[in-house]
Amino acid sequence: MSAVLDVSNLSKSFGGIDAVSNVSFSVAKAELLALIGPNGAGKTTCFNMLMGQTKPTSGTVKLNGETITGMQPRKVWRKGIGRTFQITGTYASMTVVENVQMALLSHHKRLFDLRAYAHKQYKSEALALLELVGMQDQSERACAVLAYGDLKRLELAIALTHDPILLLMDEPTAGMAPKERIALMQLTADIVEQRQISALFTEHDMDVVFAHAHRVMVLNRGELIANGSVEEVRNNAQVQEVYLGGGSLYHDEEQETRA
Amino acid sequence: MGLFVAQLLTGLANAAALFLVASGLSLIFGVTRIVNFSHGSFYMLGAFIGYSLMQVLPGAIGFWGSILLAGLAVGLIGVVVELLVLRPVYKAPELFQLVATFGVILVIQDLALMIWGAEDVLGPRAPGLKGIVRIMGEPVPKFDLALIAITPFVLFALWYLISRTRVGVLVRAATQDREMVGALGVNQSWLFTGVFFLGAALAGLGGAIQLPKGGADLLMDFNILASIFVVVVIGGMGSLPGAYIAAVLISVLNVFGVAYIPQSTLVLMFVVMAVVLTVRPYGLLGREEVAGEHGQVGEPDKPIKPAGWMARIIVLIFLVALGFLPFVAEPFFTILATDVIVFCLFAASLHFILGLGGLVSFGHAAYFGGGAYVAALLVNYANSPMELAFLLAPIGAGLLAVIIGWLCLRLSGVYFAMLTLALAQLVWSLVFQWDEFTGGDDGLVDIWPSAYLSDSTAYFYFTMVFGIGGILLLRHMAHTPFGYALRASRDSVRQAEATGINTKRVQWVAFSIAGAFAGLAGGLFVFSKGSIFPVELEIAKSFDGLIVVFLGGVKTLSGGVVGAAALTLVQDYITRFEYWRLALGLLIIAVVIIAPKGIVGSINALFRYRFTRGGDEVKE
Repeated sequence: MSAVLDVSNLSKSFGGIDAVSNVSFSVAKAELLALIGPNGAGKTTCFNMLMGQTKPTSGTVKLNGETITGMQPRKVWRKGIGRTFQITGTYASMTVVENVQMALLSHHKRLFDLRAYAHKQYKSEALALLELVGMQDQSERACAVLAYGDLKRLELAIALTHDPILLLMDEPTAGMAPKERIALMQLTADIVEQRQISALFTEHDMDVVFAHAHRVMVLNRGELIANGSVEEVRNNAQVQEVYLGGGSLYHDEEQETRA
Repeated sequence: MGLFVAQLLTGLANAAALFLVASGLSLIFGVTRIVNFSHGSFYMLGAFIGYSLMQVLPGAIGFWGSILLAGLAVGLIGVVVELLVLRPVYKAPELFQLVATFGVILVIQDLALMIWGAEDVLGPRAPGLKGIVRIMGEPVPKFDLALIAITPFVLFALWYLISRTRVGVLVRAATQDREMVGALGVNQSWLFTGVFFLGAALAGLGGAIQLPKGGADLLMDFNILASIFVVVVIGGMGSLPGAYIAAVLISVLNVFGVAYIPQSTLVLMFVVMAVVLTVRPYGLLGREEVAGEHGQVGEPDKPIKPAGWMARIIVLIFLVALGFLPFVAEPFFTILATDVIVFCLFAASLHFILGLGGLVSFGHAAYFGGGAYVAALLVNYANSPMELAFLLAPIGAGLLAVIIGWLCLRLSGVYFAMLTLALAQLVWSLVFQWDEFTGGDDGLVDIWPSAYLSDSTAYFYFTMVFGIGGILLLRHMAHTPFGYALRASRDSVRQAEATGINTKRVQWVAFSIAGAFAGLAGGLFVFSKGSIFPVELEIAKSFDGLIVVFLGGVKTLSGGVVGAAALTLVQDYITRFEYWRLALGLLIIAVVIIAPKGIVGSINALFRYRFTRGGDEVKE
């Protein structure tokens, strides 16, 4: 299976501090890949370099074999990457459905259309996407009054407007109740499965990660310290040490159960 | 060589007042995020109060004491303004406060006229510093040398206050994040008041200290405004050393300009500014403004929808009624209605970028006047038919907006606003000083429409077609995909860019469209008046536009038009009185305080409050 996304030796330093150093990995087609790591590990910086919000110091990013390193986000988006943000960025002055319609208008390259009524364009497509993420009943609400978890779901709908080949989701379930988290990740897993797209996400909730991710990568202080199946990462001593809080308690319990 | 040194010294001396006033503006903006348009008025008050004090206080101690007392007095006036006018509106949408400060300008203008009269006053010369010193054979006033010596001490004292004292720490903290400072238990409102006192006092000092050189007159408030904006922007927002360097740079250049290229003194300042900002977009010593650093003040806009059939019918009835105006009213009202429509179109074009795009342009008059001048120049020199000149007015203004927009859109927020102001002033000074071509202050006259439109009734219908047509077109664009892309670029640049929208290009196109429609208004204007003068390109004209858009309601689609109509009608009535500025100023301040969402916004809110129960809207 050929890789959808190929990242090699990606590095970023901010004034002498290496936020991300020499990170290499690839994402396969229809793979749900988790990127985990403690706060400040460099996850968001990684995401920003993948989509062009931040220019890497060195390294390359390839999407379906084409180099997209340092390309502007709007161009990367047109190449087929969709993204949701850790801190949501939606259009507060528009209704929920208009937020999705805006992205559809952009996808159909009708941004400079000075004639048609925007709110009548691609409405059924937008509503279908909202239905997919379970937001159809809120489609006419003003975006400014939504709960945070709903904004996250709206962002997912927006990210899906141009049928991406790869979804980047930065903490998609932050600000949600535990039940919602599981539901949203299940939804993401279904989308990945049905549409055969790939998704890379960061997450702090290990239940969510271990329940749904096909593969897990662990980032610590800018370096990738583990990359493998859920089981492999769970049992990786180094990961337990740096990420799971020293891991001694976890380790002891496991020893006891084995014994 | 001697002359050169003498001129250099004159420039340095002139920088003193400029620096004092500009540093006050910079401080006030840094902490309160208020662009204080009335800062020039504080400067003027400082000059007049200093003058009056010098009449009664004798000797050298009296002279310098008067300057300090003038600073103190203006500082206290600043406190009064802050407490009465600004405090009630801090929670209003971003930049709404500048409308209030514009009201303050008008009030202070008339109060100064009442107290000191219309005559310019000559400042007394400084006791003990009346003579001159010969430096390399050239005469240099002793007072100039005193100013040159004093300014660095003022700079040092201010710098010490800001960077080495506890008060300074609070001020700097508030500049970065005032909400956090409030959360840490600092009484924000008094911090704001204190900063306003200091900023106003500095302006007052600046006004008083330049008395021996420049005296005092009623035009000095607007005259210094452009210069201090330029100084603050060239130096870098919030940087005191930057303001000093820029003040020196501008003053020295000005002196040399007067000596060597007198026909371009005004242009020079803005050329320097454009060059500096091209190389260093955030000024000489300024920092890049981090997006979202200060957060959006006030609630977000409401979603918009095209007018329903009910609203359309009402508008249609209104327009038909308006069409019958020439048959039922005196000719005077037809002409007034023409003026109103022209101004409404100008306001609607500004609202397009300001309301929908969030792009605060302080120099929108450049396109209105620009369009008018394009038409007038064509008629004057090429003897072109009115129709062609009228057609080329919006095109010329649009092209001007394409160029200026390209330069300005590399910046954002208040830097963008300042640069639009500076470039508009550049256009104004070009027109004002290029006598041979533009007629300078005398303007261009005899620019009349074709014979079939020469009657004021005919021209009224012509204005209705193009003016109201333009307004409706702008309004329609708000509902198109382009209008949505413009709002998307305002609401979240990050999301817009991450979904394929080239936000800068969208804003550039919008800026150019707004310029073209302002030019259309200018074209209508010049043929209705038969003449054009540089006053149509002035800051005051740009401010008029801003005022009506904010007063009408920046977050509503019809705000600009309603505000423009209201202001023109009120102004027409009120200017018959002697102290109309006072009345208008107070009226503006009252509207700002009573209706902080603008006229339309507040009416909408009132209706919603009355007629909705539950649902999203009540959450306000």
